[in-house]
Amino acid sequence: MEGEELTEQETALYDRQIRVWGADAQRRLTRAAILVYGINGAVAEFCKNIVLAGVGSLTLVDDRGVTEEALSANFLIPPDETLYEGKSLAELCSDSLKDFNPMVRVSAERAGDISGFSGDFYSKFDVVVVSCCTLTTKKLINDKCRRLSKRVAFYSADCRYSSGEIFVDLHSYKYTKNKLDEAIECELQYPSFEEATAVSWSKLPRKMSKLYFAMRVIEKFEEKEGRSPGGVSITDLPAVLKLKNELCEAQSLKESQIPDALLERLVSSQIEFPPVCAILGGVLGQEVIKAISGKGDPLKNFFLFDAFDGKGVIEDISSRDA
Amino acid sequence: MASQQQLSAVKIDMDTIEVSNLNRQFLFRRSHVGLSKAKVARDAVLRFRPNINITPYHANVKDPDFNVDFFKKFNVVLNGLDNLDARRHVNRLCLAADVPLVESGTTGFLGQVTVHLKGKTECYECQPKPAPKTYPVCTITSTPSKFVHCIVWAKDLLFAKLFGDTTQDNDLNVRSSDAAGSSENSKDVFERRKDEDIEDYGRRIFDHVFGYNIEMALSNEDTWKNRNRPRPIYSKDALPEKSIKQNGSVEKNGSTDDPSSVSAMASLGMRSPQDVWSLMENSKVFLEALKLFFTTREKEIGSLSFDKDDQLAVEFVTAAANIRASSFGIPLHSLFEAKGIAGNIVHAVATTNAVIAGLIVIEAIKVLQNDTKNYRMTYCLEYPTKNMLLMPVEPFEPNKSCYVCSETPLSLEINTYQSKLRDFVEKIVKAKLGMHSPIIMHGSALLYEVGDDLEEDMVANYAANLEKVLSELPSPVTGGTMLTVEDMQQELVCNVNIKHREEFDEEKEPDGMVLVGWSQPSSTEKKEENHRVSDVGTSNSSRPIAELNEDAEISTMEETDVVPTKKRKLSTASKNATSPSSSKVPADTDNHGKVEEIDDDDDDDDVVVMLDGNPDNTKTRRVVTSKNLCV
Repeated sequence: MEGEELTEQETALYDRQIRVWGADAQRRLTRAAILVYGINGAVAEFCKNIVLAGVGSLTLVDDRGVTEEALSANFLIPPDETLYEGKSLAELCSDSLKDFNPMVRVSAERAGDISGFSGDFYSKFDVVVVSCCTLTTKKLINDKCRRLSKRVAFYSADCRYSSGEIFVDLHSYKYTKNKLDEAIECELQYPSFEEATAVSWSKLPRKMSKLYFAMRVIEKFEEKEGRSPGGVSITDLPAVLKLKNELCEAQSLKESQIPDALLERLVSSQIEFPPVCAILGGVLGQEVIKAISGKGDPLKNFFLFDAFDGKGVIEDISSRDA
Repeated sequence: MASQQQLSAVKIDMDTIEVSNLNRQFLFRRSHVGLSKAKVARDAVLRFRPNINITPYHANVKDPDFNVDFFKKFNVVLNGLDNLDARRHVNRLCLAADVPLVESGTTGFLGQVTVHLKGKTECYECQPKPAPKTYPVCTITSTPSKFVHCIVWAKDLLFAKLFGDTTQDNDLNVRSSDAAGSSENSKDVFERRKDEDIEDYGRRIFDHVFGYNIEMALSNEDTWKNRNRPRPIYSKDALPEKSIKQNGSVEKNGSTDDPSSVSAMASLGMRSPQDVWSLMENSKVFLEALKLFFTTREKEIGSLSFDKDDQLAVEFVTAAANIRASSFGIPLHSLFEAKGIAGNIVHAVATTNAVIAGLIVIEAIKVLQNDTKNYRMTYCLEYPTKNMLLMPVEPFEPNKSCYVCSETPLSLEINTYQSKLRDFVEKIVKAKLGMHSPIIMHGSALLYEVGDDLEEDMVANYAANLEKVLSELPSPVTGGTMLTVEDMQQELVCNVNIKHREEFDEEKEPDGMVLVGWSQPSSTEKKEENHRVSDVGTSNSSRPIAELNEDAEISTMEETDVVPTKKRKLSTASKNATSPSSSKVPADTDNHGKVEEIDDDDDDDDVVVMLDGNPDNTKTRRVVTSKNLCV
């Protein structure tokens, strides 16, 4: 890793993106450490983007082996099966990623369930991205990040078939914005995932993205039934719909706010639709770059995309005072 | 898109891979620099999806081989081009072949994907796209007011004069009423005399263009009545000491194993391309670069053209532009910025490209499945509008006054007694109408055509016609005449009604002719907040247009408001039906999805963002299929 200045090699390689976000931001990127826990198609895309951008290091954790579903959406997994022997998804992806940009330190860790890890582990990183994990794990890791005195940006990314969601938690985030040649100091307060999802549904705006609710229903279903993340299938639909009705009632939300058709679509397939992975991975990549560089309005705090209507929507769900 | 049924694809790209591509074009590696993009991309894709059939063509999509019959072979065409000319060309071919076209572009954080179907939606040209910005010659030669004017002067005039083909016309010397001698004299001025010391030569050129020429310009009082006067700069003032090798490695550029690594900055010990140099530093670089060209690249002098990847050329142009800017009181710029302007560099990142790529595939799949009701134009915004970062809009019906897809006639205002046919061909037919191999007819009389198989006397006839003014053509063209202009390859026919007009404003209508009926939006410069590091004064955040046009005099990035006028949505009915959408698509097992991808050049694409502000998409839609559709 270099001292202060970007090397000539870096300047040449990153020329086009330096013209977007500046040399200063690029320097900060080269010093950043990213942790990724759980690699699905969207996260694979994200990893590709962040490695191309030239971060300092990327640490991957995913002890699962290769599956059919993974192969259909994760382009980092080499098609040659003979390479899979004894390797975790993280290790396979790590090998592929190194190739994209030799200047980035990419590594895989066999860590098991990192939600049990101490704060020290997390403090090594500037950014943590989680995916394919249970609701409990997600909340735990989010919480660990928030407890650190160092600011560790937390993101979660999930793709369910042709829809996806990104959650952003930058805790208390100060940044500078340039408005009409003036530099303005901005500060945003982010809720944790737990806090955000605890906001009563009836209090949310009527035009709220329906996908948000649908995601919460399926999430809840997985937790309730003890399913592995993404383990809900079409046969579960009746039970999912039942749960939806229960939740709507409990939250005083009209059932039509979460169309059955939407839920059906989300559970209809257990693979991720590759173009949606690209879109989520792209948006997530850009958010992480913004957070590291401190430039640009960060997304707050949910991004939802549905290929069905083609909309990519940002919803700000924070705990509201009475 | 791949693993489904039998997908075969063709990829056309004329470019080779460069280092600056690697930050986002992830199918390429450093070891591939210099190789054909089409071929390497194909190899890379086959590595993770071996069962697709991809044919690469390392070629220019404008080649006559890629004619209408070629395009007819495909179910869909995906464009990843970076210049307007090629896009228009492909648009016309897709219309002629009746093949759906998925267009796209990105610049920085902005991007868009649009779908075009003949007769059903707007074609790519229904909304006129802004052409590359050009500047009046006098602004460049005499009255620059912006840095970009200085760059153009340095690149297209001074650099060309000193290092390029000297037989070419060059407007370098100020066109003042008492021009300093004849053109022969000025040619002598720029030529290095036999045995002239290189530093003396450099200073002589410096003094001529930055000192003498400015003094000459100042002598014309009228020019400066309402403008700030420039000040002449002489080398003895800007750079008093003769010896310029004060710091930096002396021997570094002595022996050249690699002429392309020669650099004035390196020689002078200047490290950062992000620094804005002082007048003195710029002067040093100017002289050093000139010297290095003559001492290490002598053979190339006389045939060089500016290349943004030629470090020494970029250094020279930056220095020259800065000195001129200094003279005219225009703020100086760093090499990094100057390079961006001179090289029309489009800033680009992997993330936006990934988003747009995903959106392209989604639209392409809809096309392959004939899901016509659900085609969308999708805009990727930098700042969310109505909470939306990705905004889908229904395609519009074809523009009835689009001369490309609706065969609407155009009108041309021109002085038929003064303008030659050549002017018409160059400025209108080729530049504005984007035709490459035109045939021009007046009724049944062939005035001009381009072709390989023409007979000698025809060729001579056409050559003679080019030099005639319109009214004196064998079949005279005057007010009221209708000309038919056609491009065989694009299968585009255009009728142009001629209107005679005497006078044209030199500044506002520098071409001396005006095409009407093809509404070209006027470019407006908006001062936008949130300036990224991009080219100062040009591209800004919201609606940049990046245009690369090597031939045109000046191209740069500029903002334009493209405001759609009257349009009707493709399908206006919006039914909120909630019939459960079965996620199964009608089995289409015979679908030999054939996809054509066209990429051109390395840098990324231009974008015109049109905000209609009416994302009303409450239609039911069958979602694209299940596990078969994997890339």
